[in-house]
Amino acid sequence: MGPNITLRAGISLAVLAMLGGCATTAADTGDTASASDPAVKPPPFDTNPYPSTYRAYPGVPTAITNVTVFDGEGGRIDGGTVVFANGKIVAAGDAATPIPAGATVIDGTGRFVTPGIIDVHSHLGVYPSPGIDSTSDGNEATSPTTPEVWAEHSVWPQDPGFGRAMANGGITALQILPGSANLMGGRTVTLKNVPSRTVQGMKFPGAPYGMKMACGENPKRVYGGKGRMPSTRMGNFAVNRATWARALEYKRKVDAGKEVARDLANETLAGVLAGDILVHNHCYRADEMALVIDMAKEFGYKVTAFHHAVESYKVADLLAKNGVCSAMWADWWGFKLEAYDSVPENIALVQQAGACTIVHSDDANGIQRLNQEAAKALASGRRMGIAISDAEAWTWLSSNPAKALGIEQQTGSLTPGKMADIVLWNGNPFSVYTRPAKVWVDGALLFDASDPARRPVTDFELGQPGEGDVK
Amino acid sequence: MTRIATLAAALLATAVFAPAAQAQDVAITNARLVIGDGSAPIDGGTVVVRGGKVVSAGAGGAPAGMSAIDARGAWVTPGLVAGFSRIGLVEIDAVEGSNDTGATRSPFNAAIDIAPALNPLGSAIAVNRAYGVTRALVYPGSSSGLFRGRGAVVDLGADRDMLTRGGVFQYVEFGERGAGQAGGSRAATFLTFRALLQEARDYARNPAAYDGRSKDSILLRADAEALARVIDGRDLLFVKADRAADILNVVKLKREFAGIRLVLVGAVEGWTVAREIEAAGVPVIAPALNDLPASFEQLAATQSNVGRMEDAGVTVAIGMVDDWDVHMIHYLTQYAGNLVGLERVPGAAGLSWDEAFATISSRPAEIAGMGDVIGSLRPGRVGDVVIWDGDPLELASRPVAVYIDGVAQPLATRQDRLRDRYATPSEGALPKAYDR
Repeated sequence: MGPNITLRAGISLAVLAMLGGCATTAADTGDTASASDPAVKPPPFDTNPYPSTYRAYPGVPTAITNVTVFDGEGGRIDGGTVVFANGKIVAAGDAATPIPAGATVIDGTGRFVTPGIIDVHSHLGVYPSPGIDSTSDGNEATSPTTPEVWAEHSVWPQDPGFGRAMANGGITALQILPGSANLMGGRTVTLKNVPSRTVQGMKFPGAPYGMKMACGENPKRVYGGKGRMPSTRMGNFAVNRATWARALEYKRKVDAGKEVARDLANETLAGVLAGDILVHNHCYRADEMALVIDMAKEFGYKVTAFHHAVESYKVADLLAKNGVCSAMWADWWGFKLEAYDSVPENIALVQQAGACTIVHSDDANGIQRLNQEAAKALASGRRMGIAISDAEAWTWLSSNPAKALGIEQQTGSLTPGKMADIVLWNGNPFSVYTRPAKVWVDGALLFDASDPARRPVTDFELGQPGEGDVK
Repeated sequence: MTRIATLAAALLATAVFAPAAQAQDVAITNARLVIGDGSAPIDGGTVVVRGGKVVSAGAGGAPAGMSAIDARGAWVTPGLVAGFSRIGLVEIDAVEGSNDTGATRSPFNAAIDIAPALNPLGSAIAVNRAYGVTRALVYPGSSSGLFRGRGAVVDLGADRDMLTRGGVFQYVEFGERGAGQAGGSRAATFLTFRALLQEARDYARNPAAYDGRSKDSILLRADAEALARVIDGRDLLFVKADRAADILNVVKLKREFAGIRLVLVGAVEGWTVAREIEAAGVPVIAPALNDLPASFEQLAATQSNVGRMEDAGVTVAIGMVDDWDVHMIHYLTQYAGNLVGLERVPGAAGLSWDEAFATISSRPAEIAGMGDVIGSLRPGRVGDVVIWDGDPLELASRPVAVYIDGVAQPLATRQDRLRDRYATPSEGALPKAYDR
């Protein structure tokens, strides 16, 4: 590590961490609707040229009984029943919950049901396995601002990491971001965690776009190392501000109905300024978060979430006041200076301050154990006297990330009518000894630990050593 | 929780204010006692430490006249031993001046002994100690040659000397990284390896006559001396290899160089050739949970690797191989716990709890040739003892007391200070800088 740090993922975890982003978005948490003036003419081009082709796979009406439930919004039901049919949650209630005739009934005694875990920070597909030059597609590190690039154009659907994230981690949706070499890394994409031939077949229907931003060490190191701006943190801000100023000008022209040439970069930035595209901002240090919040006010956008927010605990009050989420690791620290002040109580302290709290991975291995990361953070908080229930902690894994991605109306909890994105765990998911037993996406059983036929195997792994093995 | 809180308070009185660096004679009684050698926990057990060493551990009470700590049923284990780490060599990975893992611009390689780079005051030492890690195998990073240098076994005690034993092993990586270092191919790696060891043999036959300065020489004298220690087995040889074919070729080197004491590191595809590894009597230090084809030499990666090798009779320890090997070596407990959890996954091979704990205590110690010194609570081993507030492999558990060489250790960290300062983030009458 250290002197050998490069911008290629897969060389070391420290590198990967540095590539991860912290992005902040423009909308209030949970508000994903466009703030555009209805009088403004629609853009003279297709704003959704690579539309989702995802369709739910077939499922059967199912009831899981005698099970402990974390509903994803802070509620817990002991001895509960969860019912889903036609891809949607029908009910999550006590033992008296009616079970539709003909439903498949699974006895969940000793087991737990939760909403599927949603990871707001993943580079699966853009830095896939194997991590080689041929697949290194996460950082367009040729300019410090590349809002014109879209992560979905790099995602390799055959990344074996998607299947591992489902089978071991219970991940049912995730946001794929460009890396953090750039101040503005490009558009993110939110996916259902389903195998598909195409990225369009994975795209979460109706999810808004995000834009990845990064502050701090990475952009200044990458571009300073190339002898160009930015080479300092003040350079980071100057480049960002100049870019936003030009974007405002572009948006004014468009809003006034003037003819403009297609400008992919400014189209993304104008989307942020309009509130249609959510900003996810990689940002470790508390003082930089405060500056970014002001920069967002200066140009009229909002930050949805700071990612890798290891110092959120220092400004948790500010984050709560400004409605900005923090996406955090449980205990990663020390790989670079801006990760030096990490504390294992960070997540619990953010929760205590009433700010939006999210556990994220930024890692193809960590995404397989986000429930365990939440468990460690929960224990650290309790050890310092912060009272948080297990069920509240599950909001860090499902409903809060859903809000930060603008998909909370569709998924992230067991509320009736939402997508049946569900994990049945073989024990308490906050125990190290627990694994997913079954995972449903939109009510379709896509992983079953006891059925090798319900285990995804990518094209890449067919005919290779270990094909179809437990992983 | 009340029971544990009371215990912690009692320990605070005895432990934290004990004079630093002074071994206490202590008996910990009424423990759920884990010896660390793969045996089952003993309820109502007692461990006795005198003069910094374990004198007994097992069922029964404290010897008469000894000061005793009543664990009240809490888990008591040996300190954890990290099978793969770079702790002590790094403060911050990306801050070059604080990172002494590698020396790619040095003319030396095999002779580089990591010991003088160890900094016992590094903040990662206090953090990992607070999670119950008391000893670690420390590996050199990259070098200018195929061989990377001499690794050590260290302790994480709050004192000025962290070296338990220096020059324990020589480290070399085969596979993709070794091929890159040897000029571009695995074939070149094996040729380079053989040529270097042959030349080291020449050196060993007559050191005074060795011409390490001529143009034809491929080894500096110091490096030749270091490799001579590998040839005759004074230093262990730790070899990283992941691809099944590489593992088999490495294992065959044992036949060619009869004196070397070989240890495999990595072995991500080891399960596919577990019988051959076992037959060669080569132990393995493996990452616990790698299940991604992260490279073309790890296509068969599965979390069942450790369990399957164990089932084949291979001696396996786990370590933070290609992982957070400085700041988060305490992930060992979580990883070991995951291997226990695998036992409940149909078709997977994990470990029993007792085996899993051994992979992070006695096994790495034995593989480093130090099983008689560290890694378990068998009599004669160092007095590295941890009292926990729960199952040590569980995510919510933390140590309430840590002893190293019988010395009660401070458990506070820089992270604790930051946490306390910002327990309430808003500023009071004075800025946060005055709050300590």
